[in-house]
Amino acid sequence: MLKRPHYIALGLVGLLTLVFLNLPHHAANQIKLAIGSLFIPGFGVSKSTKQLLGNAGDALTTRTELLRQNEQYRQVNQELQIRAMQADALQRENDQLRQLLGLQKQFPWRLRVASVISRDPANWWHSLQIDAGSRDGVRPDMPVMTSAGLVGRIAEVGLTSSRVVLIGSPECKVAAWVEKTGDNGVITPTSSPGDKLDNTLVILSYLSSNSSLKPGERVKTSGEGNIFPKGILIGQTVEDSYRADLGYNEARVKLAADLGALEELWVVMR
Amino acid sequence: MNWLNSILVLLVAFIAVFLEASVDTIRHLLGAQIDLLPALMVYASLSSGLFTITALAVFGGLCFDSLSANPLGISILPLFVIGYGIYLRRELILREQFFAQLVLGLIASALAPVLALLLLSITRQMPSVGLEFIWQWLVMALGGAVLTPVCFRLFDGLNHALAYRPAVETSFRLDRQIKRGRK
Repeated sequence: MLKRPHYIALGLVGLLTLVFLNLPHHAANQIKLAIGSLFIPGFGVSKSTKQLLGNAGDALTTRTELLRQNEQYRQVNQELQIRAMQADALQRENDQLRQLLGLQKQFPWRLRVASVISRDPANWWHSLQIDAGSRDGVRPDMPVMTSAGLVGRIAEVGLTSSRVVLIGSPECKVAAWVEKTGDNGVITPTSSPGDKLDNTLVILSYLSSNSSLKPGERVKTSGEGNIFPKGILIGQTVEDSYRADLGYNEARVKLAADLGALEELWVVMR
Repeated sequence: MNWLNSILVLLVAFIAVFLEASVDTIRHLLGAQIDLLPALMVYASLSSGLFTITALAVFGGLCFDSLSANPLGISILPLFVIGYGIYLRRELILREQFFAQLVLGLIASALAPVLALLLLSITRQMPSVGLEFIWQWLVMALGGAVLTPVCFRLFDGLNHALAYRPAVETSFRLDRQIKRGRK
């Protein structure tokens, strides 16, 4: 026979679980953000410590090495400046042609840098938190990328931090197209048990049944669905296969961004 | 009730969740993050009262869910079930034994993710889980098993450093004192 404190504990836990699980989505998110904000000073300290350790490592770099790197970056910078001028000219030409055709003007991406402050402690979700929130202009569904390629989208936004769901998770489906062939599809999580162990692979589904993709073809966002702007690199095809049971082709895609080693990300502002 | 012990348990739970979210080393090396809360729950259920077990389940579960994509409150029940189960049988468990701590840590760390996934499937918010979960589950169970005895040593050290020691009664009695010399 259980004693009174046991009934109280059992009742309390059961009640709290029921209440929290049945909270409206918005209220649950607000509570999550409030509790999560308790960890933000800790994340700040953790980031500063990592920076300090990084600076300590920099102090050990020799002057010759720094001069060599400086020279290398100067050359890259000059090359990028020339490319930026070319891109500006192409943008102007593109704008004029779109105007002539009566199409809507395309705006360049506005990017905001953000650092990864934490990863999801539960192994079954693919998400992380960044140090940019509504205070910085971040809104839900904004795309997140690195210089290598697409990373995911913003799922929840707090005042100073946001949660990013990573590409390849069921919450982040992306309309994509193959640059060379123009085939359209949707990026979905991989369903093959073997591929599940490799988080760099996703599936490009719903390709037309007569499409034939070769390995190494670049896959980019198609801009459909109005969440991800057109042209962000997602990855490269590994191989394609025909799903006779579903009546469409699908291709395995190796992601361009290394999702396991993310530190600094870019939020595409709109 | 030992308030200091309860506060220490909750404080360590907070730090454990913080470390799980911010330290990526084990995730990079083994492909899965170890959950420290089941190990902590084993310690709490063998060393503290029902209040501490309940407080740890609620506080630890909410902290964990707030940094995760889990629905808020989903981790409370699995943690409490583990803690309460051990609490009901704790008279039969040799809590000081390293092997007992290891086995309880293994069972608790293996059970917690399974119960959480079961609850997620009941609430129809089941994540996409495949074969990789077996590996993650093994890492979580073995990691939790190794960390449980560490948890016991940590708290024994903390209690030793912070709590008042019990006064030991000496055999000295004033009325039986032998006085030497002349008056």
